[in-house]
Amino acid sequence: MSHSHPTADGAATPIADDPNLAVLTGVDYSIGGKEIFRGLDIGIRRGAVTAIMGPSGTGKTTLLRLITGQLRAAAGSVVVDGRDVASLDRRELYALRRKIGMLFQNGALLTDLDVFENVAFPLREHARLPERLVRNLVLTKLHAVGLRGAARLMPQQLSGGMARRVALARAIVMDPDILLYDEPFAGLDPISMGVVMRLIRSLNDALGISSVVVTHDVREISQIADASYILSDGRVVASGTPTELREHPSPIVHQFMEGLADGPVSFHYPAPDYRGQLLDRSEVA
Amino acid sequence: MRPSRAIDLSTGLFVLLGFAAILFLVTQITNREFSLRSETYRLQAQFDNVGGLKAGAPVSMAGVTIGRVESIGYDMNLFKAVVTLRIDANYDQIPNDSDASILTAGLLGGQYIGISPGGSDESFRDGDRVEFVQDAIVLENLISKYLFSQAGSRDSNAEAPATTE
Amino acid sequence: MTGLPGELIASLGGFLERLGAMTRFAGQVLWQSPAALLRPRLVVEQVYNSGALSLVIIMTCGLFVGMVLGLQGHDLLQRFGSEEALGTGAALSLLKELGPVVTALLFAGRAGTALASELGLMRATDQLSAMEVMAVDPMRRVVVPRFLGGVISMPLLTAVFIAVALFGVQLVGVQLLGVDQGQFWSQMRGAVELGDVAEGLIKGLVFGVACSLIAVFEGYNAQPTAEGVGRATTRTVVISAVVTLVLDYILTVLML
Repeated sequence: MSHSHPTADGAATPIADDPNLAVLTGVDYSIGGKEIFRGLDIGIRRGAVTAIMGPSGTGKTTLLRLITGQLRAAAGSVVVDGRDVASLDRRELYALRRKIGMLFQNGALLTDLDVFENVAFPLREHARLPERLVRNLVLTKLHAVGLRGAARLMPQQLSGGMARRVALARAIVMDPDILLYDEPFAGLDPISMGVVMRLIRSLNDALGISSVVVTHDVREISQIADASYILSDGRVVASGTPTELREHPSPIVHQFMEGLADGPVSFHYPAPDYRGQLLDRSEVA
Repeated sequence: MRPSRAIDLSTGLFVLLGFAAILFLVTQITNREFSLRSETYRLQAQFDNVGGLKAGAPVSMAGVTIGRVESIGYDMNLFKAVVTLRIDANYDQIPNDSDASILTAGLLGGQYIGISPGGSDESFRDGDRVEFVQDAIVLENLISKYLFSQAGSRDSNAEAPATTE
Repeated sequence: MTGLPGELIASLGGFLERLGAMTRFAGQVLWQSPAALLRPRLVVEQVYNSGALSLVIIMTCGLFVGMVLGLQGHDLLQRFGSEEALGTGAALSLLKELGPVVTALLFAGRAGTALASELGLMRATDQLSAMEVMAVDPMRRVVVPRFLGGVISMPLLTAVFIAVALFGVQLVGVQLLGVDQGQFWSQMRGAVELGDVAEGLIKGLVFGVACSLIAVFEGYNAQPTAEGVGRATTRTVVISAVVTLVLDYILTVLML
């Protein structure tokens, strides 16, 4: 899959013609001395569902935070909607974030508000709308995720899947241009997983937005993704459509896509020689 | 949002209670006369020894507080302590031959200035000096007075032991 | 450098780092405080959270502190034959020391831990991060109102504590031990100045600022795990107690 990058000064390509909504170029990021990304190149196409996959601990959530500007890359550039995120001041950053919706792994609903108020939260904070309009907007979004009837429940009363759907309603209430999903399938039963899958795809198409799904549920995401990236060791090791990835020659991609227990990601944690350790009497437990 | 009305009510009650407590503390347990906001006039008194008298101590007549000690200074030329008194203007008929003594309130109490009225027809004016003063009672002086009087009477009078209270 | 000296230096460095972080945090909170007052609803909710919900414990403890003070004070003064000074002694010690300090410690235990654990939980469940992504500043929406709620509540709680405690002193001294009621109150009135009341309230306010700030800082910066939240609440109480007592000494020196 070829992705085009904006030119070095970041403004040459008119925004409307740029097929990419967000581009990460040569991004380096470390935390606490541990290197997470090294020369990362990723392009998020407009209007498509893009999957970011990889073994655990490859910093996939960190990637999302780089897009929202909550974290700053040590090197390289993160360009969202034609603007370099690192160059934005606080007000511009907050303006950008209003166009981004994010679904957190555990929903991250505000625990002291009920479902309705949670979904209404961005509206109340950013827009001064008449109450009737707020009510209609909130109920519409809740209906889109199938939870209009749960409007008055408290987050503590919701199941994991329901909480995530409410969070999704909240993420779309401001009609964002881009939706970020952090492990949306984690810990769900098959039915809920099917529901979330369907919602991701239908919302993406119906609302004309771009979606980025960070996950390691290969089977689920393969059914709905338009393009995928597989990360390992802080870099992209493969990219393409799900079909292309399944036929990818790289062994780590193969191990990941097929869910093999052993391969480039070793089954055994580094340990001394097995026979030697068993026979070694000096190491008495 | 219904629960918020209960919260507002409770918070309002709490704040009210808090202010009521503050009001109680301020009015019920402090001196009735906060400070002499009314007009006042000054008097001066010179003492050889002010003992433990402090600025802010009350000035009273017949036990009623009529003013405060404004400041205590030391005059290098007179070698005396100079105490400035602020008297409530309502009490403007204190005879100008009254005397000011430094007294102690109770066993643990602080020291204050007590004014005993004299017999003069004229009253004190702003800036007058109180002529007749009684210094603070210093315990050591009292003891040595007692000892000396004991010694004196023993010399002069062998049998009868002098009883000095 | 290993061993004890190395550890001491490391912990000193950690302490200084934390102190610096807390100072910067305090600056941000104070800077954003006036703006937060424009959303009175949030502040009112937090005054309820920190103040109204602490009333019961404050009043109960106040009553018992007062009663103990009455008993001890009476016993002590009896040795000098000055039982009538009970009112004075109790009022002054409550106003200047016991009231603000005990209230602050109770506040740290009840309201401080609540604030720390709420914010810590929000941190651990990504609620604060979610707010950031929704372009809502969590400082302004969540942190500063809690800080202001605590600051407003503390002086009020201190006043209530002292008032209830005085009632307790009177209950024991006058009703139980036979101190003359008139003497009790008139001696008190004679000795207590407006400045003493102000001293107590000022201390209450300063302790309120300190304890609220500590609670909010610990919660906001808690590690996003269950143990992290627990540790944050423990630290809140411990640090609040130490800081309160240190500030108490400093304020007393300044105000005497």
